[in-house]
Amino acid sequence: MTPVTDKPLTKNMRPDGSVVDIRAYEQADGYQAVRKVLHGGMTPNAVTDAVKDANLRGRGGAGFPTGQKWSFVPLGNNAPTPTYLICNADEMEPGTFKDRLLLERDPHQLIEGMIIAGFAIEADVAYIFLRGEYVLAAERLSRAIAEAYDAHYLGKNILGSDYSLELYLHLSGGRYMCGEETGLLNALEGKRANPRSKPPFPPVVGLFGKPTVVNNVETLCCVPHIINHGAAWFHALGRTHDAGTKLFGASGKVKRPGLWELPMGTTIREILEEHAGGMRDGVTFRGLLPGGASTDFVTEEHLDTPMDFTAMAKIGSRMGTGTMIVLDDQTCPVGMTWNLMHFFAQESCGWCTPCWSGLGWVERILTSMEDGQGQPGDLDKLASQAKMWGPGATFCALAPGAAEPLQSALKYFRDDFERHIREKRCPWR
Amino acid sequence: MLSTEEISEIEAEAAHYPRRDAVCIDAMRIVQRHRGWVSDDSLHDIAAHLGMSVTDLDSVATFYNLIFRRPVGRHVIMICDSVSCWVMGYDRMREHLGTRLGIGLGETTSDNRFTLLPIVCLGCCDRAPAMMVDDDLHSDLDPQKIDRALETYT
Ligand SMILES: Cc1cc2nc3c(=O)[nH]c(=O)nc-3n(C[C@H](O)[C@H](O)[C@H](O)COP(=O)(O)O)c2cc1C
Ligand code: SF4
Repeated sequence: MTPVTDKPLTKNMRPDGSVVDIRAYEQADGYQAVRKVLHGGMTPNAVTDAVKDANLRGRGGAGFPTGQKWSFVPLGNNAPTPTYLICNADEMEPGTFKDRLLLERDPHQLIEGMIIAGFAIEADVAYIFLRGEYVLAAERLSRAIAEAYDAHYLGKNILGSDYSLELYLHLSGGRYMCGEETGLLNALEGKRANPRSKPPFPPVVGLFGKPTVVNNVETLCCVPHIINHGAAWFHALGRTHDAGTKLFGASGKVKRPGLWELPMGTTIREILEEHAGGMRDGVTFRGLLPGGASTDFVTEEHLDTPMDFTAMAKIGSRMGTGTMIVLDDQTCPVGMTWNLMHFFAQESCGWCTPCWSGLGWVERILTSMEDGQGQPGDLDKLASQAKMWGPGATFCALAPGAAEPLQSALKYFRDDFERHIREKRCPWR
Repeated sequence: MLSTEEISEIEAEAAHYPRRDAVCIDAMRIVQRHRGWVSDDSLHDIAAHLGMSVTDLDSVATFYNLIFRRPVGRHVIMICDSVSCWVMGYDRMREHLGTRLGIGLGETTSDNRFTLLPIVCLGCCDRAPAMMVDDDLHSDLDPQKIDRALETYT
């Protein structure tokens, strides 16, 4: 075996951006984890336990423990068939560009993760649900899937074992709601991507009414490495209890926008200053959304917080997808909030009144504020809307997600909102 | 009428699902790739082929951003209007495209060469602002770069 790396997810990636094909992947010890599982006599439960011990938490944004999710799936001869595994490659959260890298550059890593996850939940059929705009990823995944079938990593009796798995690629019709787990199930069934009521949860009643696990691309890519190197190694990769590495990114007016695989628990400051190179000359830092559009703004005082699920929740935000969007002093915070609310309003599926009607109203208030028509009571109206979208008040997590940047913008940039109303103009225009 | 090529592509996808109507989104995308958009006639043909009602299929079609129910130009420009691109100068890029092409969002040039549409985050935030023209991603945009890119689409 080649020496154990501290950057498992990106270790094979080539600087020229070309794809790692099956031969190169195999030469880098690829598909060893599949062999270990299928030829080494591991049971599905043993695979799930390994993932539980590693404390792998979902990289799609919510951080749900992956092994625990898998353990909800009924196994054995009396379980309903087929069982489905779905890779969520919809990546439509604004400011998020991490799964694209994994899909375009090392597609076999994902396929290997899916075979092992599929084995753990006794899946018969797997889908990669890919957003339609990821054209290059679609090409490279299609080729990689064909290569994997040819090499008997997919299909009937994988590598001569009893385990069989079919893997298909589905290209989305395009809508943010497709990324929501149960909206995705409906989209894959050829319906509108409205969410479903829970319970029952997808591991019990999912796609076409059958047991289904939905996992994010990055989550699944961690799995082969956990099988190869073990839970203790995975814990040691992270700096905090939320184990492993994480793809962290930064966009906005920083010197070097980009994406880096770093230990879980790397501080916001280190990502922002060392990796992204700090702010561009001539602009200063005001705040950032830590992990996509649906996370609460954080400011200067929070920069020494470790980016992980636990620590970010403690400061009233979330790690989300781990790709941060930076706000600078030359950019209007009210305008940025308007942009985010415009997105959520447009993508709301229209099921719950507080969501679709409230988001439209909030977008109109912010538009009028930007146009110099803001009214003294507006801030209270905005704050009360954000409260109405709180967790539990709506059918899915889109509205609570929209509440996060709005409530935190009102908290940290209140003076800027007030100035818009007082001066009857946007000071940045 | 669906072409034999369209039908065989649809059938290949349909084999991936246990229920026939599940393939309807793939089917509309396939037809759109061949014809540029999904007309009422195409919608009828797809619905008939899959044994669905036209109303059901249209309610699916209108839900999705990437299924065009109106004709588009020879090339479709999708400019990202989400937050990172907005911070990095989306407004200026949209204005530049608008002036150069003489159209606004949702419109098609009179020579039918380009349709300009907004799109949500293209996952290219570290190289913002970004747009797609047909299947090609263009990033780190500035007005000169936009002009050079557009020249390659005839
Ligand atoms: C509106 C909305 C959009 C979402 N979009 C995505 C997405 O594009 N990709 C993703 O992996 N998870 C997305 N999620 C989270 C999924 O619902 C789900 O939690 C996740 O795919 C589970 O995978 P994980 O446990 O491996 O993180 C979204 C959630 C919501 C509410
Ligand atoms: S919260 Fe919004 S997006 Fe989610 S189900 Fe309700 S209306 Fe639809």
